[in-house]
Amino acid sequence: MNGYEFTLAGARLTALGSGALFWRDLNLLCVSDMHLGKTERRARLGEAQLPPYETHDTLSRLQADLEATGAHTVICLGDSFDDALAARALLDAEKLWISRLQAGRRWVWIEGNHDPGPVDLGGAHLFELPVPPLTFRHIAQQGFSGEVSGHYHPKVTLPVRGRAITRPAFLLDSDRLVMPAYGTYTGGLRSHDTALCDLMRPEALAILTGKTPHPAPMPRGAKA
Amino acid sequence: MTSLPPVFTEWFASRGWSIHPHQQAMLDRADDPALLLIAPTGGGKTLAGFLPTLVDIAEHGHEGLHTLYISPLKALAADIKRNLTTPVSEMDLPIRIEDRTGDTSSSAKRRQRADPPHILLTTPESLALLTSYEDAPRIFAGLKRIVVDEIHALAESKRGDQLFLALSRLQAMCPGLRRVGLSATVEDPAAIARLLARHPDPCEILMADPGPEPDIAMLQTDATPPWSGGGAAYSIPAVLEEVKRHRITLIFHNTRAQAEIFFHNLWLANEDALPIGIHHGSLDRAQRERVEAAMQRGELRAVVCTGSLDLGIDWGDVDLVIQVGAPKNVKRLVQRIGRANHRYNAPSKALLVPANRFEVIECHAALEAVRDHDLDGEPRGPGPRDVLCQHILIRACAGPFDADALFEEIKTVGAYATLTRAQFDACLDFCATGGYALRAYDQWQRLLNRDGLSQLRDPRSARLIRMNIGTIQDADLLKVRMRRNRGGKPLGEVEEGFAASLTPGDTFLIGGQIVKYEGLRETVVEVSRDAAKKPKIATFAGTKFATSTQLSQRILSLLHSGDHSALPAHTADWIALQQDVSQLPKVGRLLIESFPHDGREHACIYGFAGRNAQQTLGLILSKRMEEMRLAPMGFVSTDYATLIWGLEPLTDATGLLDRAALREGLDKWLAGNQLIKRTFRASATIAGLIQRNLPQVRKSGRQATFSSDILYDTLAKYDPDHLLLDITRQEAMRGLIDFGRIEEMLDRIGNRVDLVRLPRVTPFAAPLFLEAGRTPVEGSAQDRLIEEETQRLMQAAGLA
Repeated sequence: MNGYEFTLAGARLTALGSGALFWRDLNLLCVSDMHLGKTERRARLGEAQLPPYETHDTLSRLQADLEATGAHTVICLGDSFDDALAARALLDAEKLWISRLQAGRRWVWIEGNHDPGPVDLGGAHLFELPVPPLTFRHIAQQGFSGEVSGHYHPKVTLPVRGRAITRPAFLLDSDRLVMPAYGTYTGGLRSHDTALCDLMRPEALAILTGKTPHPAPMPRGAKA
Repeated sequence: MTSLPPVFTEWFASRGWSIHPHQQAMLDRADDPALLLIAPTGGGKTLAGFLPTLVDIAEHGHEGLHTLYISPLKALAADIKRNLTTPVSEMDLPIRIEDRTGDTSSSAKRRQRADPPHILLTTPESLALLTSYEDAPRIFAGLKRIVVDEIHALAESKRGDQLFLALSRLQAMCPGLRRVGLSATVEDPAAIARLLARHPDPCEILMADPGPEPDIAMLQTDATPPWSGGGAAYSIPAVLEEVKRHRITLIFHNTRAQAEIFFHNLWLANEDALPIGIHHGSLDRAQRERVEAAMQRGELRAVVCTGSLDLGIDWGDVDLVIQVGAPKNVKRLVQRIGRANHRYNAPSKALLVPANRFEVIECHAALEAVRDHDLDGEPRGPGPRDVLCQHILIRACAGPFDADALFEEIKTVGAYATLTRAQFDACLDFCATGGYALRAYDQWQRLLNRDGLSQLRDPRSARLIRMNIGTIQDADLLKVRMRRNRGGKPLGEVEEGFAASLTPGDTFLIGGQIVKYEGLRETVVEVSRDAAKKPKIATFAGTKFATSTQLSQRILSLLHSGDHSALPAHTADWIALQQDVSQLPKVGRLLIESFPHDGREHACIYGFAGRNAQQTLGLILSKRMEEMRLAPMGFVSTDYATLIWGLEPLTDATGLLDRAALREGLDKWLAGNQLIKRTFRASATIAGLIQRNLPQVRKSGRQATFSSDILYDTLAKYDPDHLLLDITRQEAMRGLIDFGRIEEMLDRIGNRVDLVRLPRVTPFAAPLFLEAGRTPVEGSAQDRLIEEETQRLMQAAGLA
């Protein structure tokens, strides 16, 4: 399994190339911002349509990560569904698939800004989940340490020999980890954005996703 | 022999004309079911096409629509209307002539449907739309003749396929319909005749007198052409001299961007302030019409233009055509040359201006080909099925239909004569359900079968289908307007991709003026005037034609011959230097050069397969080199070569060009590449899988790309046998991917590959370093670079 290992508040964690987080000691896998049902929601709201199958794609990747890690606990760190209606509008086959993935596992849905209410699927539904020494919640809060959050969909652009390469990335400092989006159709916020620059300490690292995850100092815009 | 009615003879006499032999022949054969006339520009071709109609109505009268005229250009329809109205009104014939195109007002269109004119001038798309109405049988009742103008231009595109499908529909409604095709000189008239006629009817071909040989040469300049690029700025003084020496000059360019840049430079050097205009398809219609009108009044001395002036609009007294940039295609060159001296029996005069050193060789080869009457053409395969899918949907709009009858009707279209029932059923099933993978989705469930007839499941969907009729796949264009309080002056259109690359304050050329980009408002690019001298280059509308197979062969033979004395000294010297340093490409062999330069390894493959195929070769070979662990990083292609660079040297070309491996590369690469996704998008749009136009909102190009890309990925993953993927694979043999040309190259070279390892860049490879349009390769080199760079950054930060 290709991963980048690091510690956060004493917990030994692995950032996977897929954008998932694995906590080996607890056999726990965490994914954030899957935005399942995005196609359906956009069609419903009369926005430009996206083709179907993105749910299929996201779930395939999740299944692959579950098989590779053998995780017993799964935390979906919010915005798992594009909205509550999208969760209800999943195809039966997709709901069934989620149930199959849940079988024999502890499964926690953390509330996100897109999916605040409980969903009609198995698993616990929580605002946040403390697993000492860490806390899992959707949106990062200032002043916390040992926090794992999502929401921002961070991505990083690196200039490499005259070419810019952009990848979704984990952002990591001594207090917190911000996870990249796991969903197929989710865009991203560049690490240069002030929201992320203000949130993360100056010495923060970005861990680029890809075949093999690679750490680098978090790229930031020119200091004002 | 059918004699002209007296009113016609008198009119001809009053003009001092006599009827051309081919015009008489057209009249004599007025009852042929199909007839193709091949005549040079200015040969009275249009009148020849209409004469049987005019005579018939003059003598017998007619109620309703008598003749339908189809032209590939809206402007041409309007021009013909003017030209035809003159004799009709002078002879006082009781004939009503109207045009109907995308520019016609909706009230006029409604009236035309209720009360059709005798002669309706229209385009393939407007005709397809007309056949989609439920009252089509009433509109076309009594139709006797159809005239397809510039049929050679339509025959090469899907617009032609759509037209001929629509003709089969008309023929079913009006069994006695006569078909007439008017064509410029082409290499294979019989192929066009087969398209025109109802299969398997015969189609007589009439050849008009081709007229005198053209007077054509390369422009002599004091300055030498540059190594690379397409601007030909070096030729401006010589071009201006020629403009001064002639009455009206047309200056043709291969792309709109080049035309804009050249026009700008021409004006900077135009000290005598000669009236010179610009005309191309990206300009606003009002602007184009102003130039056309000024031209017809004889107020302009020159017009810088593109293919938008290729077709038969009469421009009056043009006495010189200048082609800037290599013509790429001999047939198009001949047709462009015909724009000069648009009068019968006067030789056309033309000058070629190569834009760079390699184009000198290409222009020389093209001149030889024109003198030898050696026209080029690629045979087209069977009728494309994406157009067929659209035809089925259009048929469904007009009302319930019997699939068996429709199949029989389609088999009468020359291009679809070999269509099998299974292929037809697959297209019908796709129209009905969207195909296996999409059957669960409501939006693609469009047809149902009731009482044995196929019909729209929801009649309201007809509106959406009608909105998306057509096969033209222009890159998505955005309007450009001067920024004003509301709705400033429209200037023209630019490609969405180009607009996306602009940041406020950037300057670019459009319509010959430099404008500053202010911002994007909805789908309008807002600009202001800018006094800057040097614009950021306009790269919009970069349709680049690939050099034809036949012309490429001539170039290769010319290089191979060893005798380059006919070429200008600067070019002959360059070729000699290449021969000293490395070797010249040879007929029947493939030259590959391998050399280090600037810290990277390079391989240059001289395939002479045309720009698109060389681009595809770059993509596949870089994949192969990835497997060979050469860590390729990118490549760039021209019409004659591909340059690939990477981290490791190519030292063994064995198996690099293995046919099976390349084919496999194409299939593997079919799964992920942008070009194939663009090909898919075009076919998916034509076939109705993706709607470009939606009621109320126009889908922006980027959204459409996004969704068609993902749709492509998902179909490739979950339904690889989907009809649209099959169509995409077939399309890949031509067009943007042009794998057919790669196979042609492999046939030509066999296993005769010459790999030359050299210490530095060679004369022939050097221009490729200056070529724009580099394609990066996403592969292990990228991962290697990310790893290197992240490690470097970590060390620099003291973290590793």
